[in-house]
Amino acid sequence: MSVELIAYGCFFLTVALTYAIMCLGLNLQWGQTGLFNVGIAGFVAIGAYVSAILTTPDTAGRLGGFGLPMAVGWLGGALAAALVSYLVGRLTIRLRADYLAIATFGIAAAVQLCALNLEPITGGPFGIGFIPRPFAAQAGNPLLFSLFNLALLITVVLLLYFALERLVRSPWGRVLRAIREDETAALALGKSATRFRLQAFAIGGGIMGLAGAAQAHFIGFIAPENYLPMLTFQVWAMLIVGGSGNNRGAILGAVLVWGIWAVSAALIAAVFDPGQQARAASLQIALIGVAICAVLLLRPQGILGEMRTVSRHLGTLAKRTQPAEKRPE
Amino acid sequence: MTDIDQHPGRTPRPSAVAQGTVLVEARDVGMHFGGLRAVDGMSLCLRQGEMLGLIGPNGAGKTTLFNLIAGSLKPTEGRILIGGRDVSGEGAERRISCGVGRTFQIPRPFAEMTVLENVLTGRQAQAGERIWMNFLQGGRVAQEERQAVEKARALLDFVTLSHLESEPARVLSGGQRKLLELARILMAEPQAILLDEPAAGVNPTLLEVIIERIQRLNTDGKSIFLIEHNMEMVARLCGRVVVMAAGRHLTEGTPHDVARDPSVIEAYLGTAA
Repeated sequence: MSVELIAYGCFFLTVALTYAIMCLGLNLQWGQTGLFNVGIAGFVAIGAYVSAILTTPDTAGRLGGFGLPMAVGWLGGALAAALVSYLVGRLTIRLRADYLAIATFGIAAAVQLCALNLEPITGGPFGIGFIPRPFAAQAGNPLLFSLFNLALLITVVLLLYFALERLVRSPWGRVLRAIREDETAALALGKSATRFRLQAFAIGGGIMGLAGAAQAHFIGFIAPENYLPMLTFQVWAMLIVGGSGNNRGAILGAVLVWGIWAVSAALIAAVFDPGQQARAASLQIALIGVAICAVLLLRPQGILGEMRTVSRHLGTLAKRTQPAEKRPE
Repeated sequence: MTDIDQHPGRTPRPSAVAQGTVLVEARDVGMHFGGLRAVDGMSLCLRQGEMLGLIGPNGAGKTTLFNLIAGSLKPTEGRILIGGRDVSGEGAERRISCGVGRTFQIPRPFAEMTVLENVLTGRQAQAGERIWMNFLQGGRVAQEERQAVEKARALLDFVTLSHLESEPARVLSGGQRKLLELARILMAEPQAILLDEPAAGVNPTLLEVIIERIQRLNTDGKSIFLIEHNMEMVARLCGRVVVMAAGRHLTEGTPHDVARDPSVIEAYLGTAA
């Protein structure tokens, strides 16, 4: 019994950590740079599909698979998403907040429709199955299997966290925040807003792609309906709840919001009879909405607000921001 | 950069800078917004080490001219030259590498960043602004950063904001924001500084600080181009004043002469009857 509970706990945390990776990517784009990306699902999908195509065994009637090692798939997925982000960014990065939101939303919808309709590449509505899972040799032992998977995801999240912290507390991160706060003033100080925003957008998109790849391999199966705008909404909820501008907040928010999501799903399954469950599932979304409202009213900066750090070479001044009167556009 | 704390006693010599080399030049510059000619065939030059004033009634096109020189706007006609090179087509982010920095009429601090962080952002050519350098040459980045912090603190001292270094910039008063902008642009070590109404909305005590600091910068060799409505301040600071009205160059001369020029009085007060 307890073994099953631990295995379930590991499974829950592993999935939550794949969202944490997406959330870290969004935090770089929005939390640091103020880029309003509403197309997260699209970049996640690109990472997932590229990695799946690279690593699955050769399949009739579909591009690949190429049967490459999993690490190649993850890297390829991240790079593909970063490349697409870069190209999208080249076209749209000059757009102001709301226009960038519309553009990224459209791109995510287009990616999802491509996944649905480009059957020879993506497998169409049936998606891609038999995606190799990490530590498949341990699959016979559920406890060991889930522990190993969790350890792998923790390692990835920690590596990303430390790399991002290093960047955010560097002069590079400072320029991102300056652009977020006032682009005109940043330009007057010789900072090329376009270049820095593009870098942040591409790296953030690449991180989302990595999350997509990790998730695809952990679940073992992907289909177009995994990448609907709901996913984007979930990741945004995670960042808002956890604390925009704070990498630890991004991870915490992902675990908490995924917790609300998983617990409410279990409750709905227990309370409603099977005929009503599909409809009752909407309550999950309502719950997340309520959580966002509660956080915005009670703690607008999120559970962990943005850390005010001048420079990592000076140490943290360890002062949290007060509730922001307004978010930069 | 010359150390800001050196030569506190030396006074500027307007006669000596009159022959100085031209640093910034606007040549027949025009800026049209639809049918409105905000700047209309305007020419002027700022010489090395000079303190030049720009005055004119509201709506004369002073800030638009500033934006043209600073690259925030691209002129619809005419040219902007810096150090003899045509920079009319270049964006605002290229100006600082030509040695021209500016402040804003309404200050634009990075509100959620600390005062110190605001000033650090002004630093130019930092290795740490390149992504890979932070991983490959961490030592160099750290060393540059320590130097930058040292300099930023000296500049905050210079503008009397040291005690606020860890506060977010949004808590600063209007006058303090003007001082912060001054420190921030000085961090970039420009040769010429465009100051857009540094005295507007500043209390008299702080105004004295601002005037004294601008004077010291000029003494240390910085060229200053000043838009200001406060004629007393212009008279105290500038050796030469250009008057703009309706987008055009009206006249120029010493503050004393300009203030008595009938055409200037007319531009400000309008014609009688």
